[in-house]
Amino acid sequence: MYGFEAMTFNIHGGYLEAIVRGYRSGLLTAADYNNLCQCETLDDIKMHLSATEYGPYLQNEPSPLHTTTIVEKCTLKLVDEYKHMLTQATEPLSSFLEYIRYGHMIDNVVLIVTGTLHERDVQELLEKCHPLGMFDSIATLAVAQNMRELYRLVLVDTPLAPYFSECITSEDLDDMNIEIMRNTLYKAYLEDFYRFCQKLGGATSEIMSDLLAFEADRRAVNITINSIGTELTRDDRRKLYSNFGLLYPYGHEELAVCEDIDQVRGAMEKYPPYQSIFSKLSYGESQMLDKAFYEEEVKRLCLAFEQQFHYAVFFAYMRLREQEIRNLMWISECVAQNQKARVHDSVVFIF
Amino acid sequence: MEYIDNLPSMDLMRSEKMTLVQLIIPVESAHRAVSYLGQLGLLQFRDLNDDKSPFQRTFVNQVKRCAEMSRKLRFFKDQIHKAGLILSPNPASQPDIELEELEMQLADHEHELIEMNANSDKLQQTYNELLEFKMVLQKAGDFLVSSGGHAAAQETELDENIPINDDYADSASLLEQEMRPGPSNQSGVRFISGIICKSKVLRFERMLFRTTRGNMLFNQAQADDQIMDPVSNETVEKTVFVVFFSGEQARTKILKICEAFGANCYPVPEDTTKRRQITREVLSRLSELETTLEAGLRHRDKALTSIGFHLTKWMTVVSREKAVYDSLNMLNFDVTKKCLVGEGWCPIFAKTKIQEALQRATFDSNSQIGVIFHVMDSIESPPTYFRTNHFTNPYQEIVDAYGVAKYQEANPAVYTIITFPFLFAVMFGDWGHGICLLLGALYLVSREKKLGSQKLGSFMEMLFGGRYVLLLMSLFSIYCGLIYNEFFSVPFHIFGNSAYKCRDATCSDSRSIGLIKYRDAYPFGVDPSWRGSRSELPFLNSLKMKMSILFGLAQMNLGIILSYFNARYFSNSIDIKYQFVPQMIFLNSLFGYLSILIITKWCTGSQADLYHVMIYMFLSPLEDLGENQLFWGQGVLQVILLLLALIAVPWMLFPKPFILKRLHTERFQGRTYGILGSSDMYNDEEPDSARQQHHEDFNFSEVFVHQMIHAIEFVLGAVSNTASYLRLWALSLAHSELSTVFYEKVLLLAWGYDNIIIRLVGLAVFAFATAFILLMMETLSAFLHALRLHWVEFQNKFYHGDGYKFKPFSFATLPDDDD
Repeated sequence: MYGFEAMTFNIHGGYLEAIVRGYRSGLLTAADYNNLCQCETLDDIKMHLSATEYGPYLQNEPSPLHTTTIVEKCTLKLVDEYKHMLTQATEPLSSFLEYIRYGHMIDNVVLIVTGTLHERDVQELLEKCHPLGMFDSIATLAVAQNMRELYRLVLVDTPLAPYFSECITSEDLDDMNIEIMRNTLYKAYLEDFYRFCQKLGGATSEIMSDLLAFEADRRAVNITINSIGTELTRDDRRKLYSNFGLLYPYGHEELAVCEDIDQVRGAMEKYPPYQSIFSKLSYGESQMLDKAFYEEEVKRLCLAFEQQFHYAVFFAYMRLREQEIRNLMWISECVAQNQKARVHDSVVFIF
Repeated sequence: MEYIDNLPSMDLMRSEKMTLVQLIIPVESAHRAVSYLGQLGLLQFRDLNDDKSPFQRTFVNQVKRCAEMSRKLRFFKDQIHKAGLILSPNPASQPDIELEELEMQLADHEHELIEMNANSDKLQQTYNELLEFKMVLQKAGDFLVSSGGHAAAQETELDENIPINDDYADSASLLEQEMRPGPSNQSGVRFISGIICKSKVLRFERMLFRTTRGNMLFNQAQADDQIMDPVSNETVEKTVFVVFFSGEQARTKILKICEAFGANCYPVPEDTTKRRQITREVLSRLSELETTLEAGLRHRDKALTSIGFHLTKWMTVVSREKAVYDSLNMLNFDVTKKCLVGEGWCPIFAKTKIQEALQRATFDSNSQIGVIFHVMDSIESPPTYFRTNHFTNPYQEIVDAYGVAKYQEANPAVYTIITFPFLFAVMFGDWGHGICLLLGALYLVSREKKLGSQKLGSFMEMLFGGRYVLLLMSLFSIYCGLIYNEFFSVPFHIFGNSAYKCRDATCSDSRSIGLIKYRDAYPFGVDPSWRGSRSELPFLNSLKMKMSILFGLAQMNLGIILSYFNARYFSNSIDIKYQFVPQMIFLNSLFGYLSILIITKWCTGSQADLYHVMIYMFLSPLEDLGENQLFWGQGVLQVILLLLALIAVPWMLFPKPFILKRLHTERFQGRTYGILGSSDMYNDEEPDSARQQHHEDFNFSEVFVHQMIHAIEFVLGAVSNTASYLRLWALSLAHSELSTVFYEKVLLLAWGYDNIIIRLVGLAVFAFATAFILLMMETLSAFLHALRLHWVEFQNKFYHGDGYKFKPFSFATLPDDDD
């Protein structure tokens, strides 16, 4: 019932919304980041984090720490929280929470398949997978030789199966194919998630549409930039864009024909929300684009918390935590490699 | 007034006098000094490094080392727990060890343990593999035999027409089996055997089916033994499988799937004799490994036991060290970097003790320079510290739960100790139930030593913490129960015979006309004859209602009088004149008068209608009272009281803010000297001491609104709080009615039947209802209402409760790492 969520939302969603808002208040603050950026060693970082919610997860780590351990433990905390929420959730919230995982699943599938292609050890690859994107038969991915087998053997059991309908070919797997597969899957996933949120209606669909549209547009820009100078045809490129978002459909037409970064910029600057992002960058620069997009995303995610009675807070919280873990990873790497001058390059503050 | 000033001071009435002290400790004796202070536990350090993040502080490395050590200790504890050993609870008496030594020891132990664990893990893994191999050999062997037998049977079927004797058939099949691997390998039928977790079998089979497109045969059998998973230390059920397939490509795929599913493959020879031979080998190696494993385990257990012997001691040492360094981190280095400067609060009575401890520290660490200890002035309000004991502590907790008293404010806990259980008992008056509570409370009190040392559940802990509250509550409910004359709602003739008797021998009209009084009133409490009479409820209601108002008024007056003592203590004469006096007048001219009327009516036995008197006192004060007159001059008195009450309202509302305003302007007229004098005090402060200057801005409208809210709250509160005390009557009524219902409608009804089963059921229902509804729920509700009466009705008359608690640095209050 549109506009009347306040009446019934709390019956099933109230508890978890409270939980997620509580989790959110545990995000690191500006003061935390300031202190973290001043750390001299990884032990200092551990010590500082032990005063935050990450404390219990790091306290039993023996002293010569590595960046990977910190990231692993922080991710573990996120996964624990996610699992807690998932077990408490009822339909349709549980489906919504499941949807949040699919992106990681796609990434993991691609990771394993690429890794096997380059003959890496499966166990080693599994350790690198994001724990949120794990599914039962993930290790079996290594058996598959081409897309069709990939689908028939493994993915048919996973929630990703419907997304695969677009890319069942008998072509052998190579880097290019895998990348196309990732983007096709992602496109199908985003569209499906978008439809699902539309179906939920109310504030959820309103806010999630906005967030997902941003995600789709960002992917479109990234695909365009990454495919410049490759053998991907314009039509193929056009096919990888998701069929919704601010850029759909006219922006996609323009992006599809772009041949260099400045053309992308020209196409994007016609859209006011993205104007500010591109106006920060100097011409010909694409390095800082990621950070600019992340900053914009974080801003939008934080805004999702301003409204009550909707599911977007769960999505926003998961994304914010992931961003925080990325920040921690960057800070730890900078500290570990004595590159403290670059600490601020890639940290996206969340407030 | 003289008399009041000369009263001996009550310990619990005002919080301890505190003082801000500064310590200047030479670096070499700092650690010892702080740890002695921790043993003493009477000084609360102030954090002078508030602006620094934890890893920028001076002793961060030591803190880190302690954290590392406690991590190791947790690891040991975990290991000991895993090994199923029990920690020796009494810390072994041994000389104190130095931190450095301990650190080395811990590192050694950890190294040793990790190595042992790695070894035993390796052994365990080999053992598991062998065990699995054994099972695979057994089970897969069965499959092979059966399938081989099957094939052989088919072949014999084919050759059925050839007459052969059994012996020949046997030898033939054996021969065939020996021959089989050759041809079958050539025809491409091979097999892989292995073992997999039971939970994964279904998916595994499905995956195999898909990859080979159905060209395979899957056989499985439940393994006999469970296998220990070394990581999670849990036993896992496993299933042995044999997959038959054909083709080399399928083989690589199946092997990959096996790997992906974590299935362990073991080669099983098709030959029976070879199989037997291998089985024998495996078995012998298994038994060998078992002994090695056991020896390893024994060795590890021994090491763990020796660690466990010291573990508790070490844990306290490390946590104390960590606390000491945390406190040292709150201190500042002085300019020369040779001394640490610390500030903290301590109660005045503890000054000599602290000085002694500091001297001891200087002496013990052979320091040239002693610790300088001196008292400082402070603008900030000191922390509140009450010295409580087992008995007074829970009552203090009840008060603190509402708000910690302002420094030196009158402490309501003093009165709460008696009034709280008493008001509870007024609502819970039944000496049968009281005795049940008393037994529980006595149990808790008598097992105090034993229960206090062990960990209780949260509910039990609450009960145990409040055991003395429970004790007094039960004693008072026995007392009130005797007054109400109720024992599980049944009256008893304890204090002699009833004052009433029937009019004639048949007692037929006792319910309709009533009884006659033939002797003096029943000496203590309610006369048992009221029970069951027609006028029982009106009588008890009137009694309890009036009693509630009397109690309420007494307690509220006590609250206002305490506000007088507060004002006097802080020498605030404005509060006395313009708050205490009008409040007293207002409350007592209305409800104090009502109380007097109640008592007069009780004493004289008058029939006056008090409702009528009170209501018409406001509606038409000048009217004649008529038959409701209780004493001479009542009408005049009422008019005077009413006028007094009316005057009291503006009295408490207007003068105070205006006087405050005048005082404020006066203070700033002679400003030149005043400010010089006060600013002098700040100058000799340490520059980095974090004392904030208090800027007092006088905002008249704010003060006035505040005063208005106060006055209105009091006037309305006088009515609503008095009414609120009627809950004493309501709950007491509810309690006695409930217990009557359970007694009459359950126990007596069941007893009426001449059937043992019904009687027993009735008794059981009665017992459960008494235990759970009357003893638990009613206790809780009466407790809550007593709590409310204290927090709201009593404490809002005088208690500010905006102080903060004194939290001394003490080893005794260090949190346990147990959880």
